[in-house]
Amino acid sequence: MVTSADGQEYPVQVGGRTTKSIVMGVGAVALIVLFLFPLFGVTDWTRRLVEFFCYLAAAQMWNLLLGYAGLMSAGQQAYIGLGAYTVWFFADIVHINPLLCVLFAAITGAIIAFPAAALVFRLRGGYLAIGTWVIAEIFRLIFSSISQTGGGAGTTIGAAAQMAQTKGVDGWYSQVYWLALAVAVLTIAVCYLLLRSRTGLALKAIRDDDLSAESSGVNLWRTKLYTYIIAGAGCAMAGALIALYSLQVRPGSAFSINWTAYLIFITVIGGIGTIEGPFIGTVIFYALRETTSKYGTWYFIVLGLLAAVIAIWSRGGIYGWILKKTGFTLFPLQRRVGFGRSEKPPSPPASEGGGGAATV
Amino acid sequence: MSLLEIENASVYYEHFQALYDINLKIEEGEIFACIGANGAGKSTLLKMLSGTLIPRQGRVVFDGEPIDHMPPHRRVELGISLVPEGRRIFPSLTVHENLMIGAYRNRKGPWTTDAVYELFPLLQPLTKRQGTGLSGGEQQALAIGRALMANPRLILLDEISLGLAPVVIKRIYEAFPTMLENGCTILVVEQDVQHVLTVATHVACFLEGRIALQGVPSELTGDQITAAYFGV
Amino acid sequence: MDWVNTIVSGILLGGLYSLFAVGLSLVFGTMRLVNLAHGDLTVLPAYVALLMVGSAGRFNPLYAIPLTMVVMFGFGYLLQRGLLNRVVLKGDIIGVIVTFGLSMVIMNALQQGFTANSQGLDAGKIENLSITVTDQFAIGWLPLLIFLLAIVVITALQLYMGHTKMGRAFRAVSDDTDAARLMGINTKHVWAVAMAVALLVVSIGGVIMGIRTTFSPLLGTDRLIFAFEAVIIGGMGSLWGTFVGGIVLGVAQLIGAKVFGSPFQHLVGHLVFIAILAFRPQGFLAKTVTK
Repeated sequence: MVTSADGQEYPVQVGGRTTKSIVMGVGAVALIVLFLFPLFGVTDWTRRLVEFFCYLAAAQMWNLLLGYAGLMSAGQQAYIGLGAYTVWFFADIVHINPLLCVLFAAITGAIIAFPAAALVFRLRGGYLAIGTWVIAEIFRLIFSSISQTGGGAGTTIGAAAQMAQTKGVDGWYSQVYWLALAVAVLTIAVCYLLLRSRTGLALKAIRDDDLSAESSGVNLWRTKLYTYIIAGAGCAMAGALIALYSLQVRPGSAFSINWTAYLIFITVIGGIGTIEGPFIGTVIFYALRETTSKYGTWYFIVLGLLAAVIAIWSRGGIYGWILKKTGFTLFPLQRRVGFGRSEKPPSPPASEGGGGAATV
Repeated sequence: MSLLEIENASVYYEHFQALYDINLKIEEGEIFACIGANGAGKSTLLKMLSGTLIPRQGRVVFDGEPIDHMPPHRRVELGISLVPEGRRIFPSLTVHENLMIGAYRNRKGPWTTDAVYELFPLLQPLTKRQGTGLSGGEQQALAIGRALMANPRLILLDEISLGLAPVVIKRIYEAFPTMLENGCTILVVEQDVQHVLTVATHVACFLEGRIALQGVPSELTGDQITAAYFGV
Repeated sequence: MDWVNTIVSGILLGGLYSLFAVGLSLVFGTMRLVNLAHGDLTVLPAYVALLMVGSAGRFNPLYAIPLTMVVMFGFGYLLQRGLLNRVVLKGDIIGVIVTFGLSMVIMNALQQGFTANSQGLDAGKIENLSITVTDQFAIGWLPLLIFLLAIVVITALQLYMGHTKMGRAFRAVSDDTDAARLMGINTKHVWAVAMAVALLVVSIGGVIMGIRTTFSPLLGTDRLIFAFEAVIIGGMGSLWGTFVGGIVLGVAQLIGAKVFGSPFQHLVGHLVFIAILAFRPQGFLAKTVTK
């Protein structure tokens, strides 16, 4: 609730009414379609979609870090790799159902994120980014050297391979698919709810100005920490799922800096700071990958150029452009003071322009 | 031809208009004071003259050359030098280095570090002191000295008396004649009317983005100025 | 004796790291830009030298160094003026994204042009020349040269920053960009010169390393990390601090390799860096306070 100068109270709404119904409708249909997908048989497309969900989940996490908390991490691959190895550990060593291990991956990611943040938050901006990269490198080097985890060659996840055998290929991959879909939906839901909440407002304030956010009582450090922990858990789950699908972990690829490259590309091209942005970014990324990645180095050159160009000239990415032209949002995050249809708003303070809903 | 001519200039901050149709002429050898309350547009005027802001309409002509779209560093080359609001001394440079930066564009003229130290003897013992270790008055003297090192034909002084003791302000104003003698026309912007009118040869009073009153201080009454200042 | 050898080698290696680190530090100091392409820009000069040597018939790559420095100086100026100036005042994040993209482009363009295979610059006998101190202990000539060059370069840079017009301009622009403009400084030009100087400096190390060992496009990543670690260990804002940081890193790495085996060289370096970040985050010789 917000109180105006003449003592009247007005509710603060997030999102409008018609957009809500559109979102519900489209979302429900899409979910049903995606859910039913594997029932038509496991194909190459199932693999593509699992990867898509994983990239999307990781991108949402990266976007949360960057677009809202203003933290650029060049080291989320640390958690992706950790998630994968956690699955291997709990599945093959502790003998827990591999699918359940995704939960353990999330927990491990969150736990490791805490001391990592304590270290890395001593740096700022670009140096913080490199700091996160160093941490990822440390994990890569450690896991490449331990013979128990297969050293540089990595290891297969025996328990998962076994389940694939006993349940049949279709059965196993369908289950991983559904789990991946659930994780993708979960990360989107978490992002959306977080940004709608008071913490979300805090993050937005941080994004706009560190100093004024601090002076208005927002606990900067803690908010950034929570975001970093959530992002760690989310990325770990993505890594876990990819390990489950490919039935193996390799330190070179699990902890590869290429992950950061992909996440940068997806988020920047799609649109930083929105939830729709990473969607669009992941689609484009995936399309590009499927069509041009056979050209190896050119693929990366194009990725790099596009990300740089868009970061300079079209900050909001593709979704930002769409938003400007049409104002269409699937996940409305703007806050409006509800003046109601029939009421006129009270006369606004002299320095602001016109009447109407004040948006934040 | 006037040294500086501003014709119908309007300046905006995004959607907010700060200056409306300003017309002003400054001749060489004048001490031109721009006074007005907070937010009246005086600092905006200086930002337009120094190149930080570009007028959306109108022209600024300096010594016959249109400068309204010229970047700040080129205006220094032409001979316009600003003493910014808040002085903006370079904190990690020493006093002497601050002065030398003022001479970056190598304009020819009478002002050298020695000349500046003569004008402001209080800086003499401080040459090796870092910018961060100076008092308000010392900083102001340094900022003016730094601007003089560019051997400007027009020096812009933005609220130099802010935060300074009257005795210090007086000493700084006492430097004006020497500056004039050495070929520098002075445009000074002030909120504090009393002091500046004792030295100014011309005055323009700003009110809400427009010039409410212009003239020679000796020909204007106190009431006229008060009226223009407060918009009564 | 063996330990002395390791420590001395570590110190010499540290000289190389500090040479690379100084470039990164200079760019950050003057324009608050963390250039994630920095590592790749230390590998690029080796390829430039390779092209020169290849096209001109047999000549010793050591002679290519001055020309490579000039080329990298020009490249740095154009890169900054053409691309990176647009990024400088736009905040940390845009800079990191754009330079990361740049890093990807350079790394992959080099791979495309030269393949990912390791290359070498053949300087003949000098590569293996060493100075024998005792019969158990020798110092390689090239590593010593790099170390001495690091000292020369850093001294030169300190003098440049402290006593030249452009050096003063670097500091003024770093202190207060707007005020610097009002003093007549063309910031676009100054930033470009800063980047050019940084690349000039790293090209020395880049080419000599190309002579000393092999190089490939993939080397940039590690070099960026080592440069960064050297800067942080030594303390931001101090060139000699970066020198100390490089040495600490070099020694840590080689001691790590000696104690745990060579696959652990980089890991030990990273862990020492983490320890310093944890217990003395301002570094050894910090001058600027991180905001």
